[in-house]
Amino acid sequence: MRRHLSLWIGLALAGSTMLLALLSRLWLPADPLRMRIPQRLQPPFGSAGSLGTDAMGRDLAAQLMVGAWNSLSVALAAVAVGLTLGVALGLLAALKRGWVEALVLRLSDLLFAFPAILSAIVLAALIGGGAGTAVLAIGLFNVPVFARVTRAASLAVLTQDYIRAARLSGKGRFRLAWDHVLPMIAGGLIVQATIQLALAILTEAGLSFLGVGIAPPNPSWGRMLADAQTYLTRAPYLAVLPGTAIALSVLGFNLLGDGLRDWLDPKAGPR
Amino acid sequence: MLRPILQRLGSAAVTLFLGSALLFLVLEVLPGDPAAVMLGLEARPDTLAAVRAELGLDQPALLRYLAWVGGMIQGDFGLSYTYRVPVADLIAERLSLTVPLALLAILISTALALPLGTLAAAKHGKAADAGVMLFAQLGVAVPNFWIGLLLILLFSLTWPLFPVGSFPGWGDGLLPGLRALFLPAVALALPQAAILARVTRAAVLEVMGEDYIRTARAKGLSNRRILIRHALRAALLPVITILGLQFSFLVAGAILVENIFALPGLGRLLYQAMNQRDVIVVKDVAMLLAAFVILVNLLVDLAYLWLDPRLRRGA
Repeated sequence: MRRHLSLWIGLALAGSTMLLALLSRLWLPADPLRMRIPQRLQPPFGSAGSLGTDAMGRDLAAQLMVGAWNSLSVALAAVAVGLTLGVALGLLAALKRGWVEALVLRLSDLLFAFPAILSAIVLAALIGGGAGTAVLAIGLFNVPVFARVTRAASLAVLTQDYIRAARLSGKGRFRLAWDHVLPMIAGGLIVQATIQLALAILTEAGLSFLGVGIAPPNPSWGRMLADAQTYLTRAPYLAVLPGTAIALSVLGFNLLGDGLRDWLDPKAGPR
Repeated sequence: MLRPILQRLGSAAVTLFLGSALLFLVLEVLPGDPAAVMLGLEARPDTLAAVRAELGLDQPALLRYLAWVGGMIQGDFGLSYTYRVPVADLIAERLSLTVPLALLAILISTALALPLGTLAAAKHGKAADAGVMLFAQLGVAVPNFWIGLLLILLFSLTWPLFPVGSFPGWGDGLLPGLRALFLPAVALALPQAAILARVTRAAVLEVMGEDYIRTARAKGLSNRRILIRHALRAALLPVITILGLQFSFLVAGAILVENIFALPGLGRLLYQAMNQRDVIVVKDVAMLLAAFVILVNLLVDLAYLWLDPRLRRGA
């Protein structure tokens, strides 16, 4: 238990975020969009019950739960985009070498120079914000991350003797990648994906905070924080609650990633 | 020595070229008519035609691209459609805020991270180590714009120690400007410090196992001297690398933090230009920020070549 402390804490935090997100599809303490002006700005655990209400009298607990679902869906979709494209490019670079590899590396440098917030703003100037813009911007930034990890790990695997044996037995490049390389590097990719998921949740919150992420009135943690700015002294809990939700879920996925790495490769030790 | 340097300069140049081509493609070619994007759906045909003529949109895309890149190299970034002033002037004015903000954030984060990371390594496995690691985990999890909000709540609204929402500029000496930039720089620096503290700790721990450290100890050097003279010096290389790799996150963070603190920097300019659909300013500022990231990564690569002779044989 103590040996895998970060794995367990990570699992608990990330797991409860995912459970709350799933629960929001089945049951909510109140309608998150229903405005009740007479009951506006109720503090948590007060007469309104639950976690209180925002400036429009909307239920904060319900908004946080739907926010978890929205935030996780965007983050998962974005990491899936980055993982698919990145792994494909990284494998291609490792198998083909030469100019293909050089091209993939330059492409990685290029995408890496555009942080998700920057490309989201550029896209928003053209097509407006929204969940799609957020997925595209965060996903594109994830491509070079996975491409580099995949390329480095595959190059290491490709020097092994059994790969030469498989090649001699007549397996083609792509058969080789699918049968021998991908299973060997899958563990590292899962660890990286978990950590990128944490980063994606953080970035999505930033995008929604700027108003280029999940479109209103659909609740999101980032926009709850943006709305809280106006009432900072009068209702600080409006800023504290969504911020804590973001921090705990990001912490959860980060710890889960660290824990998985230690679990999969005990020799590497905590870094 | 010359070949690897030229190789890295070459890749940076290719990346810069690809970046400018991509931005131009996305902002000026894909939408078909940038003038329509800027003016919106209700634009009158004659205004559209006037803007098209003003921006030279009747020229072929390739010529426009070459004119844009050529102008930028000479410091001419075009005319902002909403502000009606040269974009170069806008950018120069905003840089005088964003560059000091970024430098101050890097300064604060290293000033926090180097001692914390070294302390954690020196007290490996003890309470101080656990404390620093906890800070490292929390620091990367907490959004910098949330830290910014909490800092405003605590140190501007509850105890009015720092101003918010106004930047006095550098006209009245350094102090008022630095005071206005302090809280935003702290908000930017904390997540960075968390990552750097972790890197410093790992690097110092690795060095402490080396033979020459044992020699230094046998010579009778104090633990403190060993840590500072040998271990910390060895940790500088990984710290510089991570600072370089993290630079794109610093740029992203600056866009958010400048907006929370209402600071008129490059990030806020980009955000406002986006809301006004000023494609010209968005394109120029985005290119500039991406170029910063590419150049910083080039500098890190070159610093690596200089510090680690093994890499000089070329990749």
